[in-house]
Amino acid sequence: MIAALHEDQLVRVERGVEYGHVRTPGYLRGRHGRILEVVGGFPDPNVLARGGLGLPYRMLYRVAFCARDVWPEYAGSAADEIVADLYEHHLQAREDNDG
Amino acid sequence: MADHPDTHHHDHASPAEHGAPDAEIALMETALRELLIEKGIFSATDLQRAIETMEARGPTRGAEIVARAWIDPPFRDALFHHANSAVAQFGVNMGLAELVALENTADCHNLVVCTLCSCYPRALLGIPPSWYKTRAYRARAVREPRAVLAEFGFVLSADMRIRVHDSTADLRFIVVPQRPAGTEGWSEQQLTRLVTRDSLIGVATALDPAEVA
Repeated sequence: MIAALHEDQLVRVERGVEYGHVRTPGYLRGRHGRILEVVGGFPDPNVLARGGLGLPYRMLYRVAFCARDVWPEYAGSAADEIVADLYEHHLQAREDNDG
Repeated sequence: MADHPDTHHHDHASPAEHGAPDAEIALMETALRELLIEKGIFSATDLQRAIETMEARGPTRGAEIVARAWIDPPFRDALFHHANSAVAQFGVNMGLAELVALENTADCHNLVVCTLCSCYPRALLGIPPSWYKTRAYRARAVREPRAVLAEFGFVLSADMRIRVHDSTADLRFIVVPQRPAGTEGWSEQQLTRLVTRDSLIGVATALDPAEVA
């Protein structure tokens, strides 16, 4: 499987993702993050949940988000991060670097 | 949800956590289990053994793995790069999940949560503590991790960064705490006693050597 996104790439999480057994948490939808690691291809959880084989496999990434970007009222350090494991079909590449 | 979340001073507990067990789900489990046994897919004894195996697993192997990583640089490298095969040396089979070891350093602390359900490296650490599955922990670990740590008695210094890992998909995480100062010359076995379950999740550091001496 070929990864469409690469390490350090800036991405946006799709706002409206599919219904069903979706592993992209609501609090990250629409948020901007950075690819920390390309993990590999995994069965699509939403297809597995309906009894399928999980095809097509989905590329999985570890994506880092600045905690202050996710929670405007965040009280911790500006360097604090949340890292989530997200599938490629819920991510969009961002061309810009300015958020 | 046997544990009352208030034991860890977590507020905002959902009423769902205090309610009766979900009777419908319990009934479905009974029906499915009886059917599988009746059709000979597995026996009641097989099931009993599987439950015993699962319940016998505890955080001990996690502690042994961390102690090994502290004293054995090639193992440490393997753990951070190919955790599944590194832990296989300890007889741990991660199955389809991919284990990731997270290194606590002098300037970055790691914390693990599963906001969507209660994903946990069970093959390695056994059954998760009940607070790990509460809505309070799951919601607050990503939103105010420093406040959550403080409730566990662990105040993270303001100049340290925290990284919260939300186990949303096929990865499972284990935190490798920092080796405490003053443990030079300790044996692997002695070091194992410093590594608690909570330190492997990231809500605590490894124990102070004075506590186990």
